[in-house]
Parts: sequence; structure tokens; C-alpha cells
Amino acid sequence: MAEMAVELDRVEVDDLDPRPRVSRRLRVWSSLWPKLVAVALAIGLWQVVVWAGWQPDYALPGPGPVFKRLAQDLGTANFDLGVAVTLRRALFGYAIAVAIGSLVGILVARVIVLRKAIGAAILGLQSMPSIAWFPLAILLFGLNETAIFFVVILGAAPAIAGGLLSGVDHVQPLLVRVGRVMGARGLGLYRHVILPAALPSFVGGLKQGWAFAWRSLMAGEIIGIVGHQFSIGQQIQVARDFADSEQLLAIMVVIFVIGIVVDSLFGTLDTAIRRRWGLLGSEA
Amino acid sequence: MSKVLELSDKGHSVSVEALTVAYPHDDRLLIALQGVALEVQRGELVCVVGASGSGKSTLLNVLAGLERPTRGRAHVHGHVALMFQEAALLPWLTAAGNVELALELRGIKRSERKAIADELLHRVHLDGFERRRPHELSGGMRQRVALARALAQDADVLLMDEPFAALDAITRDLLHQELERLWRETGLTILFVTHNAREAVRLGDRVLVFTSRPGRVAHEVRVDLPRPRSLDSPELAVIAGRITDRLKHEMARTSDG
Repeated sequence: MAEMAVELDRVEVDDLDPRPRVSRRLRVWSSLWPKLVAVALAIGLWQVVVWAGWQPDYALPGPGPVFKRLAQDLGTANFDLGVAVTLRRALFGYAIAVAIGSLVGILVARVIVLRKAIGAAILGLQSMPSIAWFPLAILLFGLNETAIFFVVILGAAPAIAGGLLSGVDHVQPLLVRVGRVMGARGLGLYRHVILPAALPSFVGGLKQGWAFAWRSLMAGEIIGIVGHQFSIGQQIQVARDFADSEQLLAIMVVIFVIGIVVDSLFGTLDTAIRRRWGLLGSEA
Repeated sequence: MSKVLELSDKGHSVSVEALTVAYPHDDRLLIALQGVALEVQRGELVCVVGASGSGKSTLLNVLAGLERPTRGRAHVHGHVALMFQEAALLPWLTAAGNVELALELRGIKRSERKAIADELLHRVHLDGFERRRPHELSGGMRQRVALARALAQDADVLLMDEPFAALDAITRDLLHQELERLWRETGLTILFVTHNAREAVRLGDRVLVFTSRPGRVAHEVRVDLPRPRSLDSPELAVIAGRITDRLKHEMARTSDG
């Protein structure tokens, strides 16, 4: 009889698991080609606008000259250094934002008084445009990197805390009961049940936090706070000052590409977690 | 002294006296359980039957220490494990991982956990499924994992809250057999809550019939049919029919009042 039980269940499982055996290369390609087509269409549209003669070439150059310029720029020391400076700032500021956001998120989730006091404020901060912090940051810290970090952290940390908080709030009560019946209390309950259950939402917060950090950083660099380091934002501002549209657009392409790369990293992480957590439906 | 020890040794695994649980609801009290008294002997399998709203789940929560009695006493001798209608497995852990977590929280050493978890999954006939995640298992298999996890808690008393209610008839039938077998092998004390009178008679040494709103023990039926029992046997149907009549009577009474 027991044998039969297993057999029955085995049949069910096979039904449940119709994972198509598609080769990896084919899967990558099938997710890649729509993106490539979209990029090609966007560049085509850009070219059409240029050909239409809506603006003179020196204001709006076509994709050809811009990509040629980008290819030249990518080799130069100044340009690469600028990208390096900006990425270093982004990663450093983001790392601090992750640390602060996670800590605040967990404290607010744990301590009811804190929750009442600043739970709403965290949500409010998220909707505050980060560029609005810059004037204050400059007055507080002067024209330097600290001011930029201040704004990047203020932009990113609330989103990260918010993601963690909503993840903790939406843990299935049943799982918490199970954890408690198994003897998990306090921090153990957090470590074994609540935090893993909140992870998908936390990753969502991390992703949003990155977007805020990146925007805040660009805003800060374009305002041109730090004089002697030739960051991406500053190069864009200099290109504007010299009415060098080719350079300006070339840098914008770089910003866009960095954004896409980071976003797809988060996307991969998100999908991996959702698959593991069983949150994905059958993949189409 | 020795007499007291002996009493507690052979005595009750679960004892509930004059238990009342009430919740504030809007501006009045909602009474879930009122003056409930029951006792479960060590190694006994007792079923609780009641319509929805009879406070059955509240009773289990109080026994599991998840809720406090408003009045009265509810005592469990030893450790408690709880099973629900949903398997409530942690979805990010494999079948074995779920069982191993219960072992870890019991303080079992890391080096021993895997072997014990595999053995427990073997006992619920899940060999070969140790590395599957809950969403890759059928409903019946998930409840088997939940059963293995409950065993991993090394509990003296297993509280079950309609654990098979969401399963199809055949799977439920198989799990009744498995539960009965594990119960005999382990000597566990089981308090099994259901709204299905047949299921209660199929499994229980005794069946306690609960009234609704507020929940109270209205009636007790001792089931002396030989095991293993068949859900389809006429003797079982007769007893279950009487319990169902009693339940209907209770429901009619409460909806009148």
C-alpha cells in the first residue's frame, strides 16, 4: 500500500514538472532578440529625426557620429577615469545605503514604537526627489564628495528599508506560527523564517534603491560639486558648456548602458530567488 | 511521591479544564471557547469534530502555546508539534531542508541532521524527493513532509488542524493509513481536529463533538471498531452518521438562538 502511495505521488509530480528541455543558448537568444530589435528601432528613430532636419547637426548629431565619438572616447584616459570615479562613488554610496537601509528596516520592523514613529516617514522620504536635498547637502558639507554621498544615501536607503519592511510585513502568518511551534524565538525566528521569507521583497527594494542612488549621483555630479575629479556627470556638464553634443550623447549612451547592465543583474537575482521560492508560475 | 510520579507517567498527555477563550471584537467579546474540559491519555488518538466557528483551531493554538486562555487551564505534558490544513513548509528550503530546520531548532548537531532527516523522509515514503522544493511536490507529498517535520520536532503530542482537508479522497485515505502506522510506531499522543465525522471515526479512539459559538464539548463517542478501519465500512458509517446528526442538531440550536 505504501508502495502505491509513492507511485501515485510520483505520477502527480511528473505532471507538475513539465519543464521544457530547451538549450541554454536558445533561451538566452529568445530573451535577447526582442531587446536588440528595440535598440535597433530606437536608433533608427533617432536617425530619422536627424535626417528630417528638425535640429541642426551640431545640436542633435546622428547615431553614426555619436558612436564614432564614443569609440574614440572609450580609449582615452580621462574618459575611463571619469567612468571609474563615478562607478566607485555609486558603489560606495550604495553599499552604505544598503547597510543603513537594512539596519533601519529591521529595527523599524522589530520595534513597534519605532514603527509608529518613523514607518510613515520612510515611505514619505521615498517620494522626496533627491535633488531637493542638494542645496542643504552643500550647505552642510560644502562642495565635496561627502555632499554627494549624503544625497545618494538619502535617496537609496529609504527604498531599501521600505523593501525590507514590506517584506517582513507580508510574511505569511502561518509560516511564523510554524516557526514558533518549532521553537524559533526572537532573532532565531528572524533568521530562519521571517528574513528568508522577506527576501524577494528586499531584493525589490535593493533594485529600486540602486535606481535612486544612480539618479541622485548623476544629479549631484551634473550640479558639478567636485572640481578636480572628472566624473561622468561632470563630463556631461562640460560637454554642454562647450555645446559638444556628440560628446554629450556619447556619455548618455554610457549612462544608459550602465543602467541596463545593473538592472539585468538585479533581474537575474530576482528571477533566481523567485524560482527558488516557488513564486514563479510556469514559464511561458 | 512515587504515586504522583506514576500518575503523571501513565496519566494525561493533554488536560484542559474550564477553558474559556474570548477575543475583543468591535466593542463586545467574541467567545470562541467556553468552559471546555477534555483529557487525552498518553498514546491516545482523539479526534475533535465540530462545524466551523466551533473554536477547534483556537483550542489547538492554546495547546501549542500560540494563544493564551482567557480563563481556565490548558496543559500539555511534553513537547508539542502542530500540523495545519496547509503544509506550511518554508518554500525556500528543500523537503530535507525543512525537516533539518526542525532538527536544528531542537539543537541537533549539524553533522547528524542530514541522516536523521533522510530517515524521517524515508518513514513517510518520500525517498528520492529529499532535494525537491515544496512547490515541486504534490499536496499529499507536502503533507508528508510536514508530517516528517512534525516527527523531527520529537514532540510528545501532535496537534493536527484539519491536515488532510484539502486533499483528494485517495490521497487522504493513504495518509490516514500512514498516520495510523506512525502513531502506532511512535506512541505519539495525537489530537486531531476535523469537520468530517467519517474521518474522525476512521482515526479516533474517541471522538469529541464540539458545539458552535461558543465552542464546548457537547458529546463524546468512544470508537471501538478494530483497526485499521475502512472509511467505507457500514459500522463506521453508522457511528459517523450519529455524530453528523448530533452536529446538525447543535447547529440548528445555535442558529435558532
